[in-house]
Amino acid sequence: MTVLLVIVAGALCACGTYLVLGRQLSRVVIGIGLLGHGVNIVLVLSGGDGGDPAFAGDDPSGFADPLPQAFVLTAIVITFGVIAFLLTLAYRSWLVTADDEVEDDVEDRRIATRPHTPHRENQP
Amino acid sequence: MTALISLPILLPLFGAALAIGLGRWRIAQRLVSISTLTTVTATSVALLIRVDHDGAAAVHAGGWRAPIGITLVADRLAAIMLLVACLMLLAVLVFAVGQPGAERQHVGFHPVYLILTAGIAMAFLTGDLFNLFVAFEVTLMASYVLITLGGRPDQIRSGMTYVVISLIASTIFLLSLAFVYAATGSVNLADLHTKIAALPDGVRSGLAVLLIVVFGIKAALFPLFFWLPDSYPTAPTPVTAVFAGLLTKVGVYAIIRTQTVLFPPDTQPGHLLLIVAGLTMVVGVFGAITQNDIKRILSFHIISQIGYMIMGLGLFSLAGLAGAVLYIIHHIVVKTTLFLVAGLVEQRAGTGQLASLSGLARAEPVLAVLFLVPALSLAGIPPFSGFVAKLALVDAGIGGGEYLIVAVSLAVSLLTLFSMTKIWSNAFWGPPASHPAGPPRRAGLALMTGSTAALVALSIAIALWAGPLYALSERTAADLINPTSYIETVLGR
Repeated sequence: MTVLLVIVAGALCACGTYLVLGRQLSRVVIGIGLLGHGVNIVLVLSGGDGGDPAFAGDDPSGFADPLPQAFVLTAIVITFGVIAFLLTLAYRSWLVTADDEVEDDVEDRRIATRPHTPHRENQP
Repeated sequence: MTALISLPILLPLFGAALAIGLGRWRIAQRLVSISTLTTVTATSVALLIRVDHDGAAAVHAGGWRAPIGITLVADRLAAIMLLVACLMLLAVLVFAVGQPGAERQHVGFHPVYLILTAGIAMAFLTGDLFNLFVAFEVTLMASYVLITLGGRPDQIRSGMTYVVISLIASTIFLLSLAFVYAATGSVNLADLHTKIAALPDGVRSGLAVLLIVVFGIKAALFPLFFWLPDSYPTAPTPVTAVFAGLLTKVGVYAIIRTQTVLFPPDTQPGHLLLIVAGLTMVVGVFGAITQNDIKRILSFHIISQIGYMIMGLGLFSLAGLAGAVLYIIHHIVVKTTLFLVAGLVEQRAGTGQLASLSGLARAEPVLAVLFLVPALSLAGIPPFSGFVAKLALVDAGIGGGEYLIVAVSLAVSLLTLFSMTKIWSNAFWGPPASHPAGPPRRAGLALMTGSTAALVALSIAIALWAGPLYALSERTAADLINPTSYIETVLGR
């Protein structure tokens, strides 16, 4: 069971990484979602093997570790919020540029392609 | 003591809720924010005095004891960082109130700003790794909103880069948390100190490097700094100033905290941190030299300066860490001031591009002085605070026999000076250009200039009281080198 989940986590992270490396914003958002899911599965696995539901019985020795589950819940909520924000930002970006692509740093491109340093002395 | 430690986190959150409710009354919002931040600043002064006198203190949230529950710990480093951060947040808030722009146009500014405060305070005070993750997320969420406040196309573009890179850093952080928990079964820093020491070398080094990568993205270490000069300059001035002064330093704080508590000096991966520090300094300053916009130049200098702090940590000696702490105090103040001055220049001249600025020294002598003091301080010219901090670091480097990094740091100081004189000679000297006339002198401008001047005075005060401050930094460094008291405080033994 654990090996299967490890493979799933690995596949999710791989797909997520591939999508995040793209230029289209929609792909990046989906990629981040996948990466988040992959990491959440790793976080669940960090508690070790499964067990009885925590706090449900009298014998604590068979309980599954509840701490990673609490971590994952927190992480899911945070990822959800952030992705909601990212989608709004992507929508806003689409509204103002009518494009889905993440552009380069404009000023940086300008400096990289300029022929020489524009000193004040050179200007009329 | 419980109240002192939890107030800096709880109070801004209550303030934020109140400020949302008062969204329709800007004056009331301002009152709430300023009184909240003033109270938090006063609290952190009290906290620093108490902690420096009685040693570290811990609070267990909800009464759950240390390795399981959420622990808040205040030791000297946390208290110092908290105090400096609160002072900056307060000064920048006053500046924002005076500036026409972000604060006046958006109802959300005050609540989000207070949430940012809470997140930063939580990052400094937390005693466990997962809570640190939550603190980072709170801070980042607030910063996403602040950096895109206004929704201009260039802000959306650069904000997108910032959000995506921060998200990826958070994902890697979560992954390293999972690894730490799987390896040790704990996320409490004090508890991890003993548990990580028991791990095999390979696992331990892997965790150390993963955490350095995570916090390195946030702190803009070489080679993970590309997002910073792209995203910071487009935000409104007060936002950029707070981010420049504080957010990267939260990353540096996290690196110092984890590397000292979790990974003892004898298990450190060789000269890795020193090499990274040197490259960060050099690449940052070269980047700054090529730029033509004041805010972009200053943004690249943030990167370069981060190198100095990591250099102090990389030396792993009492003097090195003391130098790093002193450097962080100086840097936060000076960097915030410089960005506020850049905001004033933009306000006055309508642009931050060096090519279209000229002769500001004659037109605005006060502004020129406000720029000159922190600029010379950043470069490390003798009577100012940067000199004291750099002297401490150089002294520590020579004491540790690391001559190469000392030479690099001195050369980078020279290049920093060059870059500052470039701004000075382009924007402040020369014949007065035909700038569009600045806004008429109003109370707003007085608030902006006043808060900037207060920060300049603070940086001069750092230089004047460098002796006591260095002594405090040394006590802080002693705590960091030998975290026994920190661990005993948290675990209650």
